[in-house]
Amino acid sequence: MIIGLTDYLSLAAILFTIGMAGIILNHKNIIIILMSVELILLSVNINLVAFSTFSGDLTGQVFALFILTVAAAEAAIGLAILVAYYRNRGSIAVADINALKG
Amino acid sequence: MVAQAFFFWIFATVLVASGLAVILARNPVHSVLFLILAFVNASGLFVLMGAEFLAMILIIVYVGAVAVLFLFVVMLLDVDFAQLKQGFVQYLPIGGLISICVGLELWYVTAGWTRSPHAAPAAAPTALVGNTKALGLVIYTHYAYFFEAAGLILLTAMIGAIVLTLRHKVGVKRQDISAQVARTPATAVELRKVASRAGL
Repeated sequence: MIIGLTDYLSLAAILFTIGMAGIILNHKNIIIILMSVELILLSVNINLVAFSTFSGDLTGQVFALFILTVAAAEAAIGLAILVAYYRNRGSIAVADINALKG
Repeated sequence: MVAQAFFFWIFATVLVASGLAVILARNPVHSVLFLILAFVNASGLFVLMGAEFLAMILIIVYVGAVAVLFLFVVMLLDVDFAQLKQGFVQYLPIGGLISICVGLELWYVTAGWTRSPHAAPAAAPTALVGNTKALGLVIYTHYAYFFEAAGLILLTAMIGAIVLTLRHKVGVKRQDISAQVARTPATAVELRKVASRAGL
């Protein structure tokens, strides 16, 4: 059988769903939440690259490259915030992050 | 074609399984390791699709930098992760419900999309010059400003991460070059008239 665009899109949809479920299920652990966000971004990248390949247009791959950049920056900043927060409060449980009384 | 389908199913299966393992693992270290496995499989899929450059970038940036960063943070923080795992079963129904809804919506979109007849024609095919060269030809010409913006984002992230985690300990002697250079005899030397046989 020939692997087409729909197969890649379905795979990305499954991965996106897994990432979303991860955010909801691990709502107390912010590290797993960050990892789930990475999974979601990965699924978006798979979508973009699949469209780029199957329509013969490079723009999707360029876009995926920029998403990769932003995701790396986001992970670095997020983890830095996490470390700084742990130093100040001694906890990274999401329920404890209430300094802004939100 | 058969080999391509074979590898697609292998990569896809392992990708979905490791994605599930990321969110279900009890130990966050295992989660990070499964995340690395997921990224490796995704880069295999990128190779299958002919996006070799992105596949290598995924390995280098994600497995080499981001996943190791996650691993560092998980091991650095002394957190009781078993306690953070509580409430998992309690949220399983609503999480499953929302996931199924979103999955169905995505499936609906995936199955039902069509290409507009007015869509712009595709750009140059990548097979002629190779994926990396074709990307380079586009990035440094059409997308030069976006490329520089990406560099700016990375610079901001670097400075932000350093500023967030930098801390000055009190009581540690540091070299203060401007203070050293600004030192003059007037501030450094004190002349005292000492009386004979008296001492200071």
